[in-house]
Amino acid sequence: MEAEYDIVVVGSGPAGLSAAAEALRRGCKRVLVVDENPIPGGQLFKQIHKFFGSKEHYAGIRGFRIGEILLNDVEKLGGTVLLRTSVIGASYDGGTKTLWLNNPERGVGKVRTRKVIIATGAKENVIAFPGWTLPGVMGAGAVQTLVNIYRVLPSRRVLMVGSGNVGLIVSYQLLQAGAEVVAVVEILPRIGGWAVHAAKVLRMGVPILLSTTVKEVRGVEWVEEAVVWRVGRDGRPVAGSETVFDADLVCLAVGLSPNVELTRMLGCEHIYLKALGGWTPIHDEKMETTLRGVYVCGDVAGVEEASIAIEEGRLAGIGASCEFLSREECSSLVEESWRRLDELRSGPFGEPRKEAKRLILKEFKQRTGSLSR
Amino acid sequence: MEAEEPTGVNVIGIPTDEEFWKCPGVPSLKRMKRGPVAVIECFQEIPCNVCEIACPRGAIKVGHPITNVPILNEDACVGCKLCIPVCPGLAIFVVDLSSDEAKVSLPYEMLPIPKVGERVEVLDRRGRFLTEGRVIEVLYADKFDRTFIVTVSVPKEYALHARSIRVIKGEKR
Repeated sequence: MEAEYDIVVVGSGPAGLSAAAEALRRGCKRVLVVDENPIPGGQLFKQIHKFFGSKEHYAGIRGFRIGEILLNDVEKLGGTVLLRTSVIGASYDGGTKTLWLNNPERGVGKVRTRKVIIATGAKENVIAFPGWTLPGVMGAGAVQTLVNIYRVLPSRRVLMVGSGNVGLIVSYQLLQAGAEVVAVVEILPRIGGWAVHAAKVLRMGVPILLSTTVKEVRGVEWVEEAVVWRVGRDGRPVAGSETVFDADLVCLAVGLSPNVELTRMLGCEHIYLKALGGWTPIHDEKMETTLRGVYVCGDVAGVEEASIAIEEGRLAGIGASCEFLSREECSSLVEESWRRLDELRSGPFGEPRKEAKRLILKEFKQRTGSLSR
Repeated sequence: MEAEEPTGVNVIGIPTDEEFWKCPGVPSLKRMKRGPVAVIECFQEIPCNVCEIACPRGAIKVGHPITNVPILNEDACVGCKLCIPVCPGLAIFVVDLSSDEAKVSLPYEMLPIPKVGERVEVLDRRGRFLTEGRVIEVLYADKFDRTFIVTVSVPKEYALHARSIRVIKGEKR
């Protein structure tokens, strides 16, 4: 598996595939996309709902079909996608980067590349409570994979924890798959996700219980009951406010954090930003990190939405192939992309993330002494 | 809406009466009485303009930034229903108050798909039973990509509350 590439993209989700396609479009020849999963597309392939956004970001199309479009783009443009392949090591010594890859058929090997685009996405957060290790307590992402990819319904009666868009969308999809969602509980006094997603589950009779969280989960061998209780204004649970739900699945949808193992391993500098899900690599306006030739895009660069991941992927692809473009071409493409990103991040939901991204650019400038290299 | 229940677009996703009537995607009662018209229950600034592109009459305006709330031009809208299946938020309905019974068209993505003539349970925004209604139309085309448009006929007083249906088990299909 020893080989040399112009760009290796780690992660074949919306960001990684868009980055690879864009780099190929701009003249890069040897582009490899690696992904540890058996199916490309990252989270897209389990998204059976129609996407929001604009035409440029495939709005109105169901997520898995967007995955097919992006994958097809990469393959048509001559990129290589290597699945079931995890990056088990990475080193950086200025010019060339080396990645150690592990593939069950090909074994361990290393590839050298001039540039790396890290699009490793995010991982689910969990919360702990008595009973949380019982089979039947699962992350919403895992449930979505089981139901929408493997067509296995792991439950008849579900309690959803968290009313962000993930919790609301997965609740709706569980209803579509024939499960009963006994309730969605939300610790805050208001829903975390969009009203339209909440409205979809409410009108099907699923209660959303605000200021409520899980107290414990009971069961002998697996989840049999979930106990929830109300949370007071002081943030503390109220004794005596317990409700017991008969449930065999407790689904956790309590947020995501950027998957930064690889950027950490390489030595990129990070910053903690709550609005973006925690520690995230600092990057410039072309998505290049504090390590020259190492780019990030999508949720690893701050947890946001698929349309933003697609746009950031394009931006990283442009950044990583700037040498094939004239200075003017490159800066106008970058500008155009930022205009679209700013638009996607406008409004009350996007504004905190827009502000956090501005902070990242500022931080980059302060730490490296330039805004763009 | 009962007072003790949490209400409000940003609180739980269900509009207060005030939020509903102030929404630029919601037509006037007068317009609903004239014939079928889109009711766009999209209250928050989220990045999406699919409805604007789908409307063959140019009756829906989002513009820039894409997070603008859609504005319905109620005089340009003919209630063609083409915006219903494209909305990723399943937030667009068509209401017709021009005859004795109200007609409510809604997006439907569950199985089984009801048939024309079938009686179904009609539910409100919280999934509470309102009344039984009769399915008077089921529209589908490939481009709807698995979102059906189901139209039910309900007593007029439910027209602004009927937002979901439940197929009755054992109902002749």
